[in-house]
Amino acid sequence: MERDRSPALGRPRERLVSASAIVVVAFFGALVVFPLFKIFQVGFADLGVDRLAEIVGRRSLWRVVRFTVWQAFLSTLLALLIGLPLAHVLSRFDVPFARLWRGVVSIPFVLPTVVVAGAIRGVADDVGIIERLPLTSILWAHVFFNLAVVVRIVGTMMASLDQSQLGAARTLGLSPMAAWRQITLRQLGPAIVSSALIVFLFCFTSYGVILVLGGPSVATIETEIRRYAIFRNELDVASVLALIQLVFVVGLSVASAKLRRVYEGRSASANSKLAVDTPRRKVGVTAAALVTAAVLGWPIVRVLVQSVRVGDAFGFGNFEALTEPNRLLPITAVEALGRSAVIGLAAALIAAIIGGLASFVIVRGGRIGSIFELAVLIPLGLSAVTIGFGYLLAFASFDLRRSPILVPLAHATIGIPFVLAGVVPVWRSIGTRQREAAATLGASTRRVFMEIEWPRVARALITGASFAFAVSLGEFGATSFLARGNTSFTAPLAIFRLLGQPGSVPRGQAMALCVVLGVVVAAASAIGDFVSTSLGSSSSASTS
Amino acid sequence: MTHYRRSITSVVMTLGLLAASCGSDGATVATSDGPDAAGAVVLMTHDSFAVSDGLIEQFTADTGIEVELVSGGDAGELVSRAVLTAGQPEADVLFGIDNTFLQRGLNADIFIAYESAGLASVDDSLVLDAEHRVTPIDVGDVCVNYWRDGLETAPATLDDLALPEFAGTFVTESPESSSPGFAFLLATIARYGEDGWEDYWEQLVAGDVEISAGWEEAYYGSFVAGGGDRQIVTSYATSPVAEVVFADPPVDTPPTGVLTDSCFRQIEFAGILAGTERPQAAKQLIDFMLSDAFQSDIPLNMFVAPASSTAVLPDVFVEHQTVIAEPLTLDPATIEANRLDWTERWNEIVLQR
Repeated sequence: MERDRSPALGRPRERLVSASAIVVVAFFGALVVFPLFKIFQVGFADLGVDRLAEIVGRRSLWRVVRFTVWQAFLSTLLALLIGLPLAHVLSRFDVPFARLWRGVVSIPFVLPTVVVAGAIRGVADDVGIIERLPLTSILWAHVFFNLAVVVRIVGTMMASLDQSQLGAARTLGLSPMAAWRQITLRQLGPAIVSSALIVFLFCFTSYGVILVLGGPSVATIETEIRRYAIFRNELDVASVLALIQLVFVVGLSVASAKLRRVYEGRSASANSKLAVDTPRRKVGVTAAALVTAAVLGWPIVRVLVQSVRVGDAFGFGNFEALTEPNRLLPITAVEALGRSAVIGLAAALIAAIIGGLASFVIVRGGRIGSIFELAVLIPLGLSAVTIGFGYLLAFASFDLRRSPILVPLAHATIGIPFVLAGVVPVWRSIGTRQREAAATLGASTRRVFMEIEWPRVARALITGASFAFAVSLGEFGATSFLARGNTSFTAPLAIFRLLGQPGSVPRGQAMALCVVLGVVVAAASAIGDFVSTSLGSSSSASTS
Repeated sequence: MTHYRRSITSVVMTLGLLAASCGSDGATVATSDGPDAAGAVVLMTHDSFAVSDGLIEQFTADTGIEVELVSGGDAGELVSRAVLTAGQPEADVLFGIDNTFLQRGLNADIFIAYESAGLASVDDSLVLDAEHRVTPIDVGDVCVNYWRDGLETAPATLDDLALPEFAGTFVTESPESSSPGFAFLLATIARYGEDGWEDYWEQLVAGDVEISAGWEEAYYGSFVAGGGDRQIVTSYATSPVAEVVFADPPVDTPPTGVLTDSCFRQIEFAGILAGTERPQAAKQLIDFMLSDAFQSDIPLNMFVAPASSTAVLPDVFVEHQTVIAEPLTLDPATIEANRLDWTERWNEIVLQR
């Protein structure tokens, strides 16, 4: 960490680091550590050694743990296998409708699990193969949801790869494979590991998909925590499971920390896109389009078809009904969508601020920085029931449970890892040499920051914030737990409510609302893309 | 410089400890005698709670009491969070605890007693707690439903469901993740007794009964209504009414029928949560929930029957509802005492086959 102590970037920056660290710690302390502490306090209160030994000695418990890890591992592997080539195509080539394409990849992220699971089940029935293979449909659903994570996080990094080194290496006689391994992979490694970790944690704690597609005989740590905490009223067993989950999440983050150490390249702000002109490139792009269509498009089309089906005919009646009062909903579906948007914007803003500060500490804060890097991922790997119950206890005394701000705050804790995954690798890759050179030439710390770091960090922040917005827009578990009256009645809650009633009308409206939600997130992602690329091009124009 | 790093670390640690230690429970718990604290009375309900526009506003206009509605998940989640926060409740009144979870709430002392005058119009069979810690608000029956066009002959009894004739046609929900699923398990226990229900389930398993995680997956995934291939599903006595009310294009008769022999009665209660700072307003809210205005509003919003006999039922409800004359029931204390054993046995018989 010697590089952080160069005299040119002296004390003011260190004070900034510690101020940022305090803000971030206060945020996570209040919203994650404290609630966890409270729920464990209750869960472990009456847990004797004998009882603990009996719980930990259950073979069924470890079978559940093994299956949880196994399905999350397979899901992550598949998401990478499909996501990396897709990210490559979307970020490196000048493909038609790139923005739209990237938008489509983001849609699954906000679709409610009930809907996706239903769609995937339908697709499985279409194909007629997966009926008796719950694992296959679970994996498909997980890939469906998480492809966006890989494509966007790794894609951001790919778009600003340092191509000059690759060229130099090739000139010096390195084989394409060796050059790719030594240059490209080393540059991309941290982003790949970050996205893989996020996908793994999501699948590790996935609830709705497992329940719906796995059926009642498939159990994961997450579904078991809920079963023990809520149905069986055995909070001690639930807490032991939650602790196993926590240990796993922390262990995994620590283990991956080394892999995420970044290679410092002098990458350009944004690379120009390659034309799709050779036959090989055309085949590659077509293949990527086909895979996107099959894995993502098929279930999405099923939802689309259901949304325009009115009785035996087709039409837009379900969409029109979204603006009208509905006796199943406290407010109209469109109003719920408005609440979602407001909460999403608030969550994205909070995530960008806290995530930005955290990234700053991580990049410039030495050891504290590396601890932060691990700690912020923990909320992703926590069970919704554990953290939800923790909130109930933690905020009981000074009754914050009534506050509508709790929902965007909770959403932000899930969104922050996405901001970090985008920002940290980019920020780290801005070479010390670049900053020092500028400082030696007489630029002030502030000027170095504003002209060299900020333009590129801002791009990544915007991408991250648009991701946090998507996370918030689709979030159901925490929202349903923390929702307070109509102010936090979001679109996913409305969809859930509509699906909870027999009759074809509410179902069609639920599907229509899913479609609108999907369109909103695709648009948000496209806008995020647009702003971030135009920032990038203007900054590269001004600095070069 | 190392000193600097250490000081950051200690600041961070101190903050963490501060955050962890300021959770000492210093809230004041009001008794039910004093005047109410300021602010709206908070009503926590299950997810399926719904009322017509203007009804709550009318209560506010009549009494000057503002009501804040909060949704607390399904019945099980609702009770779990009330038990967890006992003494420091999230709300003043809880609505949606049913007879299958009632005893857990009573055991944890989460309610304070209140005998509403409105109980005069409520049948005694619905009042399950003699101390009136909870007040019955509505009644629903979990019943097996069937798709009328799907079967040559409809099943008439629970026994029929186990016949080879109906093999491969029945989907029900897991009792551990679904409220109707648990009610159906209780129905079989109430009908066949401690000694017979396991055999019955073994016959259902032999007839390839399908188990889904929740009601949505069963009704919309596997049942014919959502495009599935199962003609028989565990749902509610009022589901056919909903099929008519929410049909497009409109229909005159529901496409589904109810197996009246299979019904387990679910009674939903409201109770004032111990630790409330607004006991007087809470009592008025309970009275309101038993008033004819609220009770008559229940059927078409929540698709259950009102508890009060003086409520007015909407025509469409009267026309299409199936009145269950002799529903199956079990005592809440028996349910709570055996819940874990019964579901464990069920798991062994049905899931680990």
